[in-house]
Amino acid sequence: MNESIELPFWLELATATLLLVGSLFALIGALGLVRLKDYFKRMHPPALATTLGTWCIALASILYFSALKQGPVLHAWLIPVLLSITVPVTTLLLARAALFRKRAAGEENIPAEISSGRDAGN
Amino acid sequence: MKRFFPAPLLSVSMFFLWLLLNVSVSPGNLVLAAALGIFAPLLLAPLRPQQAHIRRPRVIIRLLCRVGTDVVMSNLQVAKGVLRAGSRQPHSVFVHIPLDLRDAHGLAALSMITTVVPGTVWSELALDRSMLLLHVFDLKDEAAFIEHFKHAYERPLMEIFE
Repeated sequence: MNESIELPFWLELATATLLLVGSLFALIGALGLVRLKDYFKRMHPPALATTLGTWCIALASILYFSALKQGPVLHAWLIPVLLSITVPVTTLLLARAALFRKRAAGEENIPAEISSGRDAGN
Repeated sequence: MKRFFPAPLLSVSMFFLWLLLNVSVSPGNLVLAAALGIFAPLLLAPLRPQQAHIRRPRVIIRLLCRVGTDVVMSNLQVAKGVLRAGSRQPHSVFVHIPLDLRDAHGLAALSMITTVVPGTVWSELALDRSMLLLHVFDLKDEAAFIEHFKHAYERPLMEIFE
């Protein structure tokens, strides 16, 4: 690989900014796990890392390597696409499990089951 | 034709996914991509009893743009909520939303959208698909939220899938 390619300054700046912004969102997402007080609230902040955090970092990778190889290198964008397909599955499982447990424990502020069937064990 | 390509859209996506993953259009990769595009849908067909019918590509693109901007906006909102959590915990509640969308694939797409957008998590769907329980990170106006949800996501999905 040719290491002597000089990238323009604005491109390095854009890449660095995107990386920093992405990391910042991932950090805030992690911080949310510490600062928020109940389980359901804590389900939201990790989405910051899997959306805007990942988007920015993937974009930075695309920018940098496209410039380096003098052509579009788009495969990093598959990461956000595949993440947005798989993340909801785990998030949903966690939400369902938490609802089930909290209902079984009879906690307050948890809405009753909305399934209209008699014993809808969904 | 239908027998060999039960899901043409899936075949095409698998084909391009493979080429994109390998960043190459060499003959070997083309053959592998074609094999994946032909055999993956055939092997998956027993797992997908219902065929999805997707229409109106323009609505799809508009919906994707909408979801993209909403993701960015709600990222900022949730980030603000987290940073302020020391002085004010966000007003998190469950919201009941009556649904008009009935198509299984449309509902799957809706659950993906709501869960990908930070600040909302899909929590429960009524057995008859008439009601949705959504957990909202920081709710300000319930009626406005439901209106936005139905207008921005549910309506386009009904156009696409039904």
